[in-house]
Amino acid sequence: MVGIVLVSHSKKLAEGVKEFAEQMAPHAKVAAAGGLDDGTFGTSFERIKHGIESVNEGDGVLVIMDLGSAVMTTEMVIESLEEVKAEMVDCPFIEGAVAAIVVAACGEDLENVKKAAENSKNTKKF
Amino acid sequence: MADTAKVIKILKCISAKIRENEQFLTDLDAAIGDSDHGINLARGFKKVDEKLPELADKDIGTVLKQTGMALVSTVGGASGPLYGTAFMKAGAAAAGKNEIDIDDFLVLIEEAIGGVKLRGKAERGEKTMLDAMIPAAGAMKEERSKGADVKNILEAGVRAANEGVEFTKTIIATKGRASYLGERSIGHQDPGATSFTILLEAIEEEF
Repeated sequence: MVGIVLVSHSKKLAEGVKEFAEQMAPHAKVAAAGGLDDGTFGTSFERIKHGIESVNEGDGVLVIMDLGSAVMTTEMVIESLEEVKAEMVDCPFIEGAVAAIVVAACGEDLENVKKAAENSKNTKKF
Repeated sequence: MADTAKVIKILKCISAKIRENEQFLTDLDAAIGDSDHGINLARGFKKVDEKLPELADKDIGTVLKQTGMALVSTVGGASGPLYGTAFMKAGAAAAGKNEIDIDDFLVLIEEAIGGVKLRGKAERGEKTMLDAMIPAAGAMKEERSKGADVKNILEAGVRAANEGVEFTKTIIATKGRASYLGERSIGHQDPGATSFTILLEAIEEEF
């Protein structure tokens, strides 16, 4: 199964979105990598790295980020993890996470999970 | 000329200056960002300080690369991947060197700028650290081509970096947190351009 990592500056935000999306797919492989080790705001190289490794079953890992340093730090983690097939996706944090987690839990491959997250950009609320 | 010992001394000076300016940089970031630039960089350079003693017998490339890695793993904000990449790119260009002269230094700065542009997907004029880095590098190269000595070259760099900081007050941020403020970011100086200027001042003092 494709693993999903949620990277946010906020520990609560990453964990909250994980919890929220998992309601629809309790068996999905999801990691929340939010905040710094001491619980303050920020993005942690180590937490993201650990998150990716913890959900990697060999089918690839999709990483969904909030803003700024979350993107840049994830990029550096992925560059450092040559042996893991991990990709970032440009999508809204909540909608993208829900779409990716549901599709990943259905057993789709990394490309399709990424596409589902990307397509969430076009979902209208009303 | 700077050998490993001198590079370590420069890094210690950078670390001390960044930590002295922790509150100032955080206050600048509070105006147009997320109030963490000083806190984050101070945490990062504290880690660099802790790492420096074990690097005393290494080449300059390794020292710079390890500095970058320490920043990436501890800073926690955008300045982590940006300064981290800058130091790592400079480190790659200094690989195996036990001494660098001013010409080598100018190459390292160019590498650092390339790294920041690549990582931040940014250019000059977006109210970022590049608005201090690029003019500083340009001014130093110009002084060098006129045959100026090291002191004058670095002084010209610091002057241009400070002018770059002033310039950031006049423009709209289009990268980073400040970009959410749009034209309300005008009138405020960029914290990243400011921290780079502090860093270059330390290099100018110690090189």
